[in-house]
Amino acid sequence: MLGLEKKDIRILLIVAVLTLFAPFILNPFPAGSGWAQFNAGYPDLMQRFVIFGIFAIGFNILFGLTGYLSFGHAAFLGIGSYSAVWMFKLLSMNVLPAIALAVITSGLFALLIGYISLRRSGIYFSILTLAFAQMTYALAYSVLTPITGGETGLQLALDDPRVLDGASTGSNIPVPGIFGLEMRSNSQLEMGDWVFNLSTGYYFSGIIMLLAFYLSIRIFRSPFGMMLRAIKSNQQRLNYTGLNARPYTLAAFMISGMYAGLAGGLMAAMDPLAGAERMFWTASGEVVLMTILGGAGTLIGPVLGAGLIKYMENILSKINSDILHTWFAFLPDGLEDFVVSMVYPFIGKGWHLTLGLMFMAVVIFLPGGLVEAGQRISRIFKRKKTDETSKKSTTTEPAE
Amino acid sequence: MDAIILQILNGLDKGSAYALIALGLTLIFGTLGVVNFAHGALFMIGAFCAVTLSRILTWSYTVIDETKTDFLGNPLKVEVPYVHGLFGQATGDAIIDWAVPLSILFSIPIMLFVGYAMERGLIKHFYKRPHADQILVTFGLAIVLQEIIKYFYGANPIPTPAPEVFTGSFDFGAMVGFEANQIIYPYWRLVYFGFAAVIIGAVFAFLQFTTFGMVVRAGMADRETVGLLGINIDKRFTIMFGIAAAVAGVAGVMYAPINSPNYHMGMDFLVLSFVVVVVGGMGSLPGAVLAGFLLGILESFASMSAVIDLLPGINQIIIYLVAIIILLTRPRGLMGRKGVMED
Repeated sequence: MLGLEKKDIRILLIVAVLTLFAPFILNPFPAGSGWAQFNAGYPDLMQRFVIFGIFAIGFNILFGLTGYLSFGHAAFLGIGSYSAVWMFKLLSMNVLPAIALAVITSGLFALLIGYISLRRSGIYFSILTLAFAQMTYALAYSVLTPITGGETGLQLALDDPRVLDGASTGSNIPVPGIFGLEMRSNSQLEMGDWVFNLSTGYYFSGIIMLLAFYLSIRIFRSPFGMMLRAIKSNQQRLNYTGLNARPYTLAAFMISGMYAGLAGGLMAAMDPLAGAERMFWTASGEVVLMTILGGAGTLIGPVLGAGLIKYMENILSKINSDILHTWFAFLPDGLEDFVVSMVYPFIGKGWHLTLGLMFMAVVIFLPGGLVEAGQRISRIFKRKKTDETSKKSTTTEPAE
Repeated sequence: MDAIILQILNGLDKGSAYALIALGLTLIFGTLGVVNFAHGALFMIGAFCAVTLSRILTWSYTVIDETKTDFLGNPLKVEVPYVHGLFGQATGDAIIDWAVPLSILFSIPIMLFVGYAMERGLIKHFYKRPHADQILVTFGLAIVLQEIIKYFYGANPIPTPAPEVFTGSFDFGAMVGFEANQIIYPYWRLVYFGFAAVIIGAVFAFLQFTTFGMVVRAGMADRETVGLLGINIDKRFTIMFGIAAAVAGVAGVMYAPINSPNYHMGMDFLVLSFVVVVVGGMGSLPGAVLAGFLLGILESFASMSAVIDLLPGINQIIIYLVAIIILLTRPRGLMGRKGVMED
């Protein structure tokens, strides 16, 4: 089906089901209860899950397959956002042309930057991409202010031309949508104490993420993907067999840049403004963290990593010491204060510390990321099962 | 002419910081072959050593001074640092005033220990892993160190003044025979440059003229052969890691008066220092120093208003632009050796 093997179909189906039912899965606690702060099922956060999922999937095509560690991918995210917002300003509030332009421009930039950066490999490649990204960031922040809006960022205005939509008549700035369906529209579904948010923007980006995910599976399983893996494992040997690796790496770089542009365009479609801070190198570092944390080179890993980091950023960071005190209220007073003071540095504003420690632990002990952790756990269970069955067979043998 | 001299001077202090960090990075890379993304964090920890020492020195108790009154007419409460009790008022004040230079002595053992612990505890396990893994784990470590500092010292920059003697500026132009008031330069930046020159000289002298340094240089050239000669090269490389950390640390200590320490200053410097190392040539110590000063001076030239008028925004991107051009035309950097990081 769809040109995929059975195993991949299963992964795709799992991701599809998770994406479609995310508003329900992420809201396991009734609204108003003490646990409701762990609910991640609000539109803004869910959109971020899938958008950064796309970003990380794209990054994984480059890093996971070819092993080229780019430290400047956020530049493409920013370029995608800027081009999408310009499309909203000039052409139409429909998101489709905006996203198309975002993908095209970021692809062109990726072609240019990749063409230059890929002349070198290893740390030099990382530094080159970093240098290009920092340059785009600095230019967007200062000189290119007429195009990028500089420090305030690029925003929509009432008097934008919007050729297809015609000049807006009302006093409100129009919102992005797709053929009349507004991206920010959200219907709430109440079931008993539970409140679920079904947002148009989320489902739109979710479907795009599924398409992107499907495409990445196809790339992983294609001869092209095989070639990229060959580059990762031994580029020299590949050269000796008479193959030029650069067109393949350049194609991979461009594809992953286009994924980043797609993510950036979607970000602008959800919230039509773009700022230069999206291109800062810490943003590039973030997608590296996501991909490694989830598992570089695996299909589902980057999506998991993106979800985990965004969940931590939005949920863990909101827990303050008062909430902690209510959690540990059952402990005697002195002990309660002690436990809270021990836990507090790791959550709330200090969530980056947890992230850093987790990231280090993953790099040190689990080079395959969360996916490898899952595989190891399932292997332990399987071994137990086989042990049990073998025991059974040995114990039942004499009786037979 | 005087404008050019001013820009060269302006570039020197930033260039010194780049050169010192890049020197440490190159020492680590040349000896252990590890790309250390946590090196900026070491620079930052050094700066916070200065903050810590000046806090320790100004640690005080309250005394009620009956002879003076505050604006409400109550007896004035005076904060008296404990140092006064130990050394008397005049010496105590002098010690507090000189907190930043004193922090150099305070920070060296700390940084040596931090470097040693880092190498033995973490980086040792990464020699056999790919460079990408080394970058990633030290990147994670940098985040952790940064967050620990943020937890203890807060997110805001902490002003750490230089000794009173060195505050203010002097007229460099008048000293060397230009018109007065054309080239005004802060004292502390000159001190920083001199300090950086001394440290760089000390590191080179240490490597060049001591037996230990000779062994280390031999190990950098061919680690295996040195090991075969029965020399425990790993132990010496660990010590070199400690020294590199100390160099970054003292660079941070002395930079504290120029730029109030905040928890992300390390990362800000790190990105540029990496560019410096790559421009200088991976593994080349003179290259790192040369590129550090060169890029520092270029950066300050690019921020001259005449240049900005000609090429707007050039001051923001000059370093990266130079790095890209150098990497494409001279792939090994200015003074890179053959066979380093070319796999």
